Amino acid sequence: MNAPTYNFAYLDEQTKRMIRRAILKAIAIPGYQVPFASREMPMPYGWGTGGVQVTAAILGTNDVLKVIDQGSDDTTNAISIRKFFEKTAGVVTTTSTADATVIQTRHRIPEAPLHAQQVLVYQVPIPEPLRYLEPRETETRRMHALGEYGLMHVKLYEDIARFGHIATAYAYPVKVNARYVMDPSPTPKFDNPKMDNCPALQLFGAGREKRIYAIPPYTSVVSLDFEDHPFTRYKHDACCALCDSGDSYLDEIVTDNKGSRMFVCSDTDYCETRQSQGHRGSENAAPYAESKHA
Amino acid sequence: MYVAVKGGERAIENAHRLLAHERRGDRDVPEVSLAQISGQLSLGVDRVMTEGSLYDRELAALAIKQARGDMIEAIFLLRAFRATLPRFGASEPVDTSRMQVRRRISSTFKDMPGGQILGSTFDYTHRLLDPVLAGESMPEAPALAEAQPLAMPRVTDILGRDGLIESSPAEDADQPVGDLTRDALSFPADRDLRLQNLARADEGFLLSLGYSSQRGYGRNHPFAGEIRLGEVEVEFMAEDVGFAVPLGAITLTECQMVNQFKGTDTEAPCFTRGYGLAFGQSERKAMSMALVDRALRARELGEDVQAPAQDEEFVMSHSDNVQATGFVEHLKLPHYVDFQSELGLLRKLRKEFHEAMETPSEMQEAAE
Amino acid sequence: MTTIAEMPAGFADKVLSAQSTFRSVMDAMARPGSVQRIEAASGVPAPLMRGSAAIALTLFDQDTPVWLDAKMAATLDVAKWIKFHTSAPVIADSSVCSFALIGDIDQLPALQRFAIGSNDYPDRSTTLIVQVPSLTQGPAIELRGPGIDGTAVLRTQMAPDLLERLAVNHALFPRGIDLVLVADDAIVAIPRTTRFVAKEG
Repeated sequence: MNAPTYNFAYLDEQTKRMIRRAILKAIAIPGYQVPFASREMPMPYGWGTGGVQVTAAILGTNDVLKVIDQGSDDTTNAISIRKFFEKTAGVVTTTSTADATVIQTRHRIPEAPLHAQQVLVYQVPIPEPLRYLEPRETETRRMHALGEYGLMHVKLYEDIARFGHIATAYAYPVKVNARYVMDPSPTPKFDNPKMDNCPALQLFGAGREKRIYAIPPYTSVVSLDFEDHPFTRYKHDACCALCDSGDSYLDEIVTDNKGSRMFVCSDTDYCETRQSQGHRGSENAAPYAESKHA
Repeated sequence: MYVAVKGGERAIENAHRLLAHERRGDRDVPEVSLAQISGQLSLGVDRVMTEGSLYDRELAALAIKQARGDMIEAIFLLRAFRATLPRFGASEPVDTSRMQVRRRISSTFKDMPGGQILGSTFDYTHRLLDPVLAGESMPEAPALAEAQPLAMPRVTDILGRDGLIESSPAEDADQPVGDLTRDALSFPADRDLRLQNLARADEGFLLSLGYSSQRGYGRNHPFAGEIRLGEVEVEFMAEDVGFAVPLGAITLTECQMVNQFKGTDTEAPCFTRGYGLAFGQSERKAMSMALVDRALRARELGEDVQAPAQDEEFVMSHSDNVQATGFVEHLKLPHYVDFQSELGLLRKLRKEFHEAMETPSEMQEAAE
Repeated sequence: MTTIAEMPAGFADKVLSAQSTFRSVMDAMARPGSVQRIEAASGVPAPLMRGSAAIALTLFDQDTPVWLDAKMAATLDVAKWIKFHTSAPVIADSSVCSFALIGDIDQLPALQRFAIGSNDYPDRSTTLIVQVPSLTQGPAIELRGPGIDGTAVLRTQMAPDLLERLAVNHALFPRGIDLVLVADDAIVAIPRTTRFVAKEG
């Protein structure tokens, strides 16, 4: 039987060249979705194949890789993707945001500020910000070509007319370098300001939809809004029950059958780092070392 | 005290171990062999090869076994393997008029050169469960005839001689062959890419679309001009050697639908074609593909594009079951973060709604 | 005629060298004006520089038509080397090439003679790989735009009219060409988003 053997970081060199060329074009045209011949990966479409292909195309032996899903290194899909690169590229992995050179993420941007030696790779399900307003690619391509984003403004304005504010909580559209309207992937709008003028390179991979796009470092990324209805960052009314952080994105945890709730940081590395520095939340009065064995 | 959820890695390992155990089934029952799958579940193997876009019976059988009989999972396994294979080039076009035919039927002519050959088919079997197959059985040996030495012309070629049907696009060796696995698709797509997309498309999706076109959603009056099954030679032009090298024979099912066409001011009315081709014996797939191919030619033939089966962007964007299952099933992945955002937004909207109910006039003004 | 056995070597480790070269080009493109070092290829035919050769080995293949300027095409060595090592077709029509190798920046053809993409597909454009004598010596040119924290400074010998032509290129955005300047094993990228201000000295 034709027993399979695989290349460094899984992808064959021809595929990597094709993806690398697309990445360079994406960086040169910030926010524009570059079509690429996405391959079938050994994980399902919709489970991060775009991000995995981008990571596989850039990853080298000197890199330190971090993979997060929902802000956490320990969600099953994050583990699965991290294992994939440990196995196929023998790359060093970490859960520390500060130590990573490449961070692949689904649905979050880490809380700790990114630095210039880092690349953030987003997994993107639907790269087209106009897709739910106009399902046809032929139409949306035309709108991007003309920079004609009236449809999006109408949608946002209808929200304001109906609710008094823009009713989009995640995948909140942004304008990149004052030209392309871009989908930030389904990150909560809480994370949008982190994309603006970020020192790290941000790459976006949509495998099923076969698109790669990018935000170069230090590039203007503006959340769409109106002068009289400016963009507001969603703010929780609570602090993290573990590390007491008052300015991180929180997950709501249901703690009993009566519907009691508490809030904890979605970014587990950020939360653990704070706890190790001695920050204590309401659920975590005991020293950190003990809480680990609870 | 609350401790953040951990242990995903262990959970994955245990889940995979359990999966392997359940795949094996009752350990007192002999394990199914690849030869058994390939030989006795052969139409399943044909489908996996067709939609997996890889002609390899043994690997397709392995995929079916590994996937526990889940066909889309098996197709996915084969596709993922295919994606890693080096690409040497494209074969010469296969000539189905030189097919060694095992089955050939036409619904347009009662008889024609080469005749109708019923071959092996479920057609005309009475669909009664056969208790004999519950045990071990050895069927009667088949009746055999001499293989026909002569090539069998295709029914559409016969129609073509009188100009009653549009001619097939001329074969042009210099024309590059589109490949949607090597280049990102853009719309409008040419017919080569459409046919490649349909060949890889989910059989059930094409079946339903083809059916919808028969029921009037983009109707184009099809006749099954010919369905043929058999073996054809595949050849590869080796630049170094300077001639086409035979690579071997593959089994194909080909369907040519003959459809009505009214003609235009400049063109005399003639029949048009819908084309279907699949690996192995895959008649339902080849016929559905031919119906949808013809429906998708609406733009080219100046017909109104009104029905889903005629809409190439709709059809081609949703036909691939590996893509479709991935995205549908990705809803199993955690979406805590987005859900949290939606919860926050919903709570805010409900609060505002109830506040507005209490003071209706103010809210009305604010909205205006 | 050069035989295959005489063909100069490319990368010692194709996979890892291509990855490292790509990261240098990616960092250069993401941070216009920054000088990045490339892990150079060996056995490169003149006038191809080691850095240009490494980029070719990393990004060229049968899907990327390549155009050579007069200096690169002066002998057949460069074209042969490219065909042998990358399988990229070397073509005469600069308007449909994916990459153009420029040996003489002073004779750079009009930028409209390269592919600049369309508004629908601005990515269908040429990337120019332009060899220059130095990326540390020469008049200072101030750069601004995406990838640059405030301003960056490029030092190289560049004809004044080229700056004007690149300003026109910038104005075409999202269409346009992208440049990678190469001096031996050092590179600087100038994507279409970069704006120029010539400085004294």
